[in-house]
Amino acid sequence: MNKLLGSRIDQIPDSVEAGVDTRHGQVLYLENINVSFDGFQALKDLNLYIDEGELRCIIGPNGAGKTTMMDVITGKTRPDTGTVFFGQLVDLLKMDEPSIAQAGICRKFQKPTVFEHQTVFNNLELAMRTNKNVWSTLFASLSGEQLDLIDEILETIGLVGQRNFLAGSLSHGQKQWLEIGMLLMQQPKLLLVDEPVAGMTHQETERTAELLLALEGKHSVVVVEHDMEFVRSISRKVTVLHEGSVLVEGEMDQVQNDRRVAEVYLGTLC
Amino acid sequence: MFSMGLLKNDLGGRIIFYLLAAAAILVPVCNLVVPETSVFYLSSYTVTLVGKYLTYALLALALDLVWGYCGILSLGHGAFFALGGYSMGMYLMRQIGERGVYGHPILPDFMVFLNWKELPWYWYGFDQFWFAMLMVVLVPTLLAFVFGWLAFRSRVTGVYLAIITQALTYALMLAFFLNEMGFGGNNGLTDFKDILGFNIQSDATRVVIFVLSCVALAAAYLACRYIVESKLGRVVLAIRDAEDRTRFIGYRVERFKLWIFVFSAALAAIAGALYVPQVGIINPGEFAPLNSIEVVIWVAVGGRGTLYGAIAGAFLVNYSKTLLTGSLPEVWLFVLGSMFVLSTVFLPKGLVGLFSKDGKEDE
Amino acid sequence: MVNGKSQLLLNRAWLSVFLMLIGCLLTIAQAQSGTNTVEAVVSQDAFTELIHQLRDAKLRKKPALVKQLGELQDTRVEAVLQALLDGRLYYTKDDRRAVVFKENSEKGYRITDVVSGTLIGEIGKRQAKKIGVNNTLRRILRSKLAELKLDSDASEERLKAVKALSQKMDARLGHLLRDRLPGEEDDDVRAVMSLAIAILDVRGQDTGLRLDAIEILATDLSSNIRNTLNDLLRTNADGSFAETDKAVLEAATDALKKIDRQVWLYGLVETLFFGLSLGSVLALSAIGLAITFGVMGVINMAHGELMMVGAYTTYVIQQLMPNYQDSFILVAIPAAFLVSALLGICIERGVIRFLYGRPLETLLATFGISLILQQTVRSIFSPLNRSVSTPSWMSGSLEINSVLSLTLNRLYIIAFALIVFGLLLMVLKKTRLGLQVRAVSQNRSMAKAMGIRSERVDALTFGLGSGIAGVAGVALSQLTNVGPNLGQSYIVDSFMVVVFGGVGNLWGTLISGMSLGVANKILEPFAGAVLAKILILVAIILFIQIRPRGLFPQKGRAAED
Repeated sequence: MNKLLGSRIDQIPDSVEAGVDTRHGQVLYLENINVSFDGFQALKDLNLYIDEGELRCIIGPNGAGKTTMMDVITGKTRPDTGTVFFGQLVDLLKMDEPSIAQAGICRKFQKPTVFEHQTVFNNLELAMRTNKNVWSTLFASLSGEQLDLIDEILETIGLVGQRNFLAGSLSHGQKQWLEIGMLLMQQPKLLLVDEPVAGMTHQETERTAELLLALEGKHSVVVVEHDMEFVRSISRKVTVLHEGSVLVEGEMDQVQNDRRVAEVYLGTLC
Repeated sequence: MFSMGLLKNDLGGRIIFYLLAAAAILVPVCNLVVPETSVFYLSSYTVTLVGKYLTYALLALALDLVWGYCGILSLGHGAFFALGGYSMGMYLMRQIGERGVYGHPILPDFMVFLNWKELPWYWYGFDQFWFAMLMVVLVPTLLAFVFGWLAFRSRVTGVYLAIITQALTYALMLAFFLNEMGFGGNNGLTDFKDILGFNIQSDATRVVIFVLSCVALAAAYLACRYIVESKLGRVVLAIRDAEDRTRFIGYRVERFKLWIFVFSAALAAIAGALYVPQVGIINPGEFAPLNSIEVVIWVAVGGRGTLYGAIAGAFLVNYSKTLLTGSLPEVWLFVLGSMFVLSTVFLPKGLVGLFSKDGKEDE
Repeated sequence: MVNGKSQLLLNRAWLSVFLMLIGCLLTIAQAQSGTNTVEAVVSQDAFTELIHQLRDAKLRKKPALVKQLGELQDTRVEAVLQALLDGRLYYTKDDRRAVVFKENSEKGYRITDVVSGTLIGEIGKRQAKKIGVNNTLRRILRSKLAELKLDSDASEERLKAVKALSQKMDARLGHLLRDRLPGEEDDDVRAVMSLAIAILDVRGQDTGLRLDAIEILATDLSSNIRNTLNDLLRTNADGSFAETDKAVLEAATDALKKIDRQVWLYGLVETLFFGLSLGSVLALSAIGLAITFGVMGVINMAHGELMMVGAYTTYVIQQLMPNYQDSFILVAIPAAFLVSALLGICIERGVIRFLYGRPLETLLATFGISLILQQTVRSIFSPLNRSVSTPSWMSGSLEINSVLSLTLNRLYIIAFALIVFGLLLMVLKKTRLGLQVRAVSQNRSMAKAMGIRSERVDALTFGLGSGIAGVAGVALSQLTNVGPNLGQSYIVDSFMVVVFGGVGNLWGTLISGMSLGVANKILEPFAGAVLAKILILVAIILFIQIRPRGLFPQKGRAAED
């Protein structure tokens, strides 16, 4: 799998690099983020830094603010206070969702969301990194190179045989992979992956783990997941969110042995 | 041929294309050349009636593009149709000149009646055909642009959008009913005499407008087919099915929606402009919310998201309306009402859904 | 029926008692003052004399006679003048002697002698002739009567009398009022009296007195007071004030300003009242919609027609209960609720349950149903409008002061809307059904898992929303005519109310209904009714752009679906 991902995906075009200054080795900065809905404090003074090429797992009990954090990064939710920077220079709070996506932050939703009435191929084509304004879309056609890229990703996510199937006819796990494939088509700098293995069989989970591990180093990946075994199998560094702020950050073993974590989360789960 | 290439995988489209071509050739012949005694003779009444259906079909096509493909249920498309119609009507009004009842060289009759001394500024230029035609497209698209820009930018979707589009056309209806607006109030614009110097009542003029309607519908169909087959069409479908996903892979959803909405409004406006010279009147009733919602039922009955279904639906529903309102007027609303209920409950894909092979696309 | 003769006897008996009483009184009076007796006797003769003169006099002579009558200290005068004003004063033709009060009876008139107060009996219509009056005389009669009533025992009568007199103050009336002011016990009457006196004083010469008077005048809003003050500010042909006293001028200007401010304020209250009553209608018609739309996600375009059905139910109930014109409405309210609710449940079971989760489809299907309902009503009741009468206890108005009066039917509608709203809140908050409705609306599958039969809840919720539409129809039937298009004209408005208020929030619906009603009424005087409506629509369209989820949006995760 590693080999398959190799060639083209890490040839990220210069344009992506242009706005993202990662000289300090960090790709994402979240500082003092506060978000509240109707008096409910979803995020409380949250600070989070993601390194370039890092694969980070974020865990935490329900309502810890994991999805809200993703919403803040991708521009869906505006925080009440705080700063969000992509690299050193790109202020994400000044951008809307499409520009954040075009800048190289891609997100997989908790519930697999693909375009069910279109083929797997078309799903990937739509996601492809290219000029996405109205007029160029109206007159767009695929180059041979772009076709190759789609085929490559199809192979990566293991859906070559389903190329011309409607996405709606895929199984739950296949939809998850298709969605990850769609993220890869955008050649992102940072992937946000919300519960990638929810509802998957054991084999599917393993394959997903391989897929994500293969991305490490080339892309920064943030995975939100409940499945501890899965987290242990892929993660170097784990962040525990609790009541909207970071409780503990560190290696999996270290986190697991932390008394506070055991109290709020692992204690009840393990 | 370019058009046949587009319709390669579109059987319904090809059928409609051939039917339009046949109509554009046969109708003039049967109306103008064939003697009145012949069984093949088509009365001018029929020509006008079918011509009216053609403009309705164009309106339905416009709605299908936004509703069937982009999921924007507009309950106000009648407003764009009517605005296009009013622009055409204003040109036709100015052409009457001194032949009005009051014989005023510039002011239309209703303004003389209201004791107006001068032509309002927004009536300037409508004596020029090119200017009027420009306005036919420009005014409704401008409205669609402003309205759509505001609505899509603030992510007003689904039911909310449907309701405020309805409010839009309702507000316009109330406004056009006012005499002070200067559009003829209750009575609207009527008593047209000629268009580009040709008598609007003559058979030849009617046939020309009929053929133009055929051409407009065919051209609009091809344009719409091109759009939905293009990548833009797929983005629009993606927006319909998963708006957030589309946004998060980097498409500016609101711009796509706006583009398709404005384009659709332009088609509706052209339909309105072709409608008015054929029926000979435009009044505020065209803005009535009921009219706009009826268009939705044409599309729903025919089958949305297919383009040809919308056209088939427009013809079918309007033909039955003509038949029923003629013979059993009190039954018509029962039938129309039942169409709404039955088509939504039992035929979510419309009549064309009964014939199409792939049933798996159903939600 | 008591026969004529015994009636006569009875009256005689009463008369003797009456005369004895008068005798007693006269004796008492005599003890107090020696001259009174003489006057009383003289006036008694004078009364008869004047009455006879009145009978024979020409119209233009009558005012003088009325004035003379008014001067008499005689208890019978008031009744005579009142009868003359009402056209009940006749004289018998045959002997041209007796002047009588007449009452209509079976045979003709029943007449009573004015002088003696005895019942004479019944006579044919042709045997008596009315003593004529004209408008001039009526005016004089009214003011004379008012003077007489100043001494009435009922404070209301006195109040009316002083009010009537204050329209035409002169020095003599001034004396009359001044005499009575210190002895007056009723505060309202005193206030009106001082106003009347102030009207007189302000026209006098004494600056101090005039300023005081102006101060008193500034407390009242009626138009004749304003006219009085405006008179002070009259200008001559050259633009200078006719009034030379600077202090008076200034005070009058201030007073007028103060009055104008108050009038403006009450005008505002009135506009607010009209707005609230319109708002109540809007809220009432939107609340049912808010339930089906907000709680169930169903766009019920047939909602207006359910209101129409409620209104027609009211009409039918009224036709069925012709002898209960004041109470039929109490039957109509539950009946309309039931009819519309049942119809709503049929619609839900028959059509809508197939369309859950597809709001746009419910919109289309229910629109179809609305067309069918309209045509059904047209076929049954004809396309013509029907009118439902208003119970007498709902007509009339509540007068707050001379510039503000609130019509009762509007007041009732406001109250009714609030009651319906309150009941609905109770149902949703306190009952088991309400709990289930809220549960299903928040999380359908979880509610199902908890054992709630969501289908039953759906049907009942829809029935509840529809029933409220029916009740709103009852209210509408009291405001407008009932016709097949009744519902159509409200549907866009009610959707606007729901959308503006924020879906899924009943309080939002109430507040938005009220504020849209008030905004409409505030705009109407400037823009006209149609333009006001257009402006409101445009404003809402723009508002939705800024706050797509209305005034009171649902927040948090639940709102994201």
